[in-house]
Amino acid sequence: MKKKNTNSEKRESRLFYLYTSPFILGFIIFTLYPVVYSIILIFTNADMTGTGEFVGLANIKKAFTGDPLFYKSLKNTLYFVVVSVPLSLVVSFLVALLLNHKKIKGMGIFRTTFYIPYITAGVAVTLLWGWIFNAQYGLINYVLSFFGITGPNWLSDGNWAMPAIIIMGLWTIGNTIIITLAGLQDIPEQLYESAAIDGASRLTMVTRITLPLATPTLFFNLVMGIIGGFQVFMQPFVLTQGGPNYATYTYMMHIYNNAFKYGEMGYASTLAWILFIIILIITLIVNRTSKYWVYYEN
Amino acid sequence: MQVNVAIKETTLNHYKNKRKVETINLIISYIILSLLALVFIFPFLWMISTAFKVPSEAYTIPPKLIPKTFTLDNFIQGWQYADFTRYTWNTIIVTVLATLGAVFSASFVAYGFARFKSRYSNILFTIVLGTMMLPNQVLLIPTYILFSKLGWLDTLKPLIVPSYFGGGAFNIFLLRQFFKTIPVELDQAAKIDGANSFQIYFKILLPIIKPALMTVAVMSVAFHWNDFMTPLIYLNSDEHFTLALGLQFFQNSYGSSQVQMLMAVSLITVIPLLILFFIGQRYFVQGITMSGLKG
Repeated sequence: MKKKNTNSEKRESRLFYLYTSPFILGFIIFTLYPVVYSIILIFTNADMTGTGEFVGLANIKKAFTGDPLFYKSLKNTLYFVVVSVPLSLVVSFLVALLLNHKKIKGMGIFRTTFYIPYITAGVAVTLLWGWIFNAQYGLINYVLSFFGITGPNWLSDGNWAMPAIIIMGLWTIGNTIIITLAGLQDIPEQLYESAAIDGASRLTMVTRITLPLATPTLFFNLVMGIIGGFQVFMQPFVLTQGGPNYATYTYMMHIYNNAFKYGEMGYASTLAWILFIIILIITLIVNRTSKYWVYYEN
Repeated sequence: MQVNVAIKETTLNHYKNKRKVETINLIISYIILSLLALVFIFPFLWMISTAFKVPSEAYTIPPKLIPKTFTLDNFIQGWQYADFTRYTWNTIIVTVLATLGAVFSASFVAYGFARFKSRYSNILFTIVLGTMMLPNQVLLIPTYILFSKLGWLDTLKPLIVPSYFGGGAFNIFLLRQFFKTIPVELDQAAKIDGANSFQIYFKILLPIIKPALMTVAVMSVAFHWNDFMTPLIYLNSDEHFTLALGLQFFQNSYGSSQVQMLMAVSLITVIPLLILFFIGQRYFVQGITMSGLKG
């Protein structure tokens, strides 16, 4: 009896490895090996083919002391994250709040409308925004002219190029809206009902019920926003090529240029790991603060 | 008695006022939502409008939403400026093959995690979740060197093949959840009828989790259709470009002076995504909601 049991256990274990083998292989080839390899690359001056010599800590030293673009691109990326992440959190929370009203009819249509930009967010709509931001014929400056404002040269103005990219990013927050909305819809109806009996106003309900109970969703969106924000690449690459005068030159572009333009794989790997550590530290800090503001049921 | 009536009246008034306030609230909500919806949709209208304009009308102040003369020239000429038919074909190949890989590979692995146990199955599943946290940028460079050693640079393979190795951690996670909702008795009944584990996976369980597979599929299609960075890194020659890359190339060479053509071609590349979205909307929403769940 016992022997049969171990046999079937063995069989089950074999099947487990059989079915999970694509992942195990993929993990070794496309995750484990690259991670180890890129750590080794940090200490080399490898070129595009991966061949190079051991250079010790030279790459790390170069990033912090010999590469002004390292700081410039990091600063630009921080600017993007610090402005765009909170903005998109607040906007998507407010929109989700409006959509969560149970008497809103045509919710599906609104949801679709807010979501479509996110689905289509690629080079095509990025080019569309390039046209919208066109200083002379663009839509935004035309709309601004109604209010007597002469719009800036957006993408070719060092002060306005990054805000333009942030504005474009706000247009694609559809998925954050839907995640937030799903979070709001999970809040039990009885809470609002009993609050209403106690005579609570709508504002009180939002600040005392909706907002606290939505904090886990907001926390998730915040972390995902930070991780995604630090990797912003396509929009500045397509719209401004990092210009004017490096005003929209992001960290990811710096990695891309060093790796695939200059073929400095060792240095680019170093930059990638520095970015990873920065994201990790910030995420950990955010996670640490979560106990003060994120509501957990138990 | 009189006091009672008075109380009744005040509560009634209170209710009336409250309903009034609620109606006003609702109207304000509608107005704000409609304005927002307009902001979200207007860029597309602008894209469509520009795509149908003659050059002289595309570059005018004040801009007009409805063109005076409609023209299809932008679509025809723009399409021929670069080899967009080729780019479309490449994009379809990548999207279809990568999506098939993701759907089958992820469901295969998820089936393993949902139905079989081993000493290390928990650890391995933790690794699956862990790879979701791992940032793409540290993997990018060594993976590039790996593909270059395989001689796969400037081919579509780096864009397709990885999908067949597990199909993405999030997809495995999502499909495993769905497999777990199906009672094991179903497997056992099929086993008694003589089905092997692969037949149970392929013929019995896959059809049941079809909605979840659709979720994986639509999200994968949208991702690969839009993906810019991977093609940018791996593809060099024009004949292998995807649409995302082709559009960027077009903009660099002619786009800034031919915005009506740029918008026309961009519009064509967005339409398949819009169709996909309208067909598969509920799957998208499901996928997004699930991605929030893991947090």
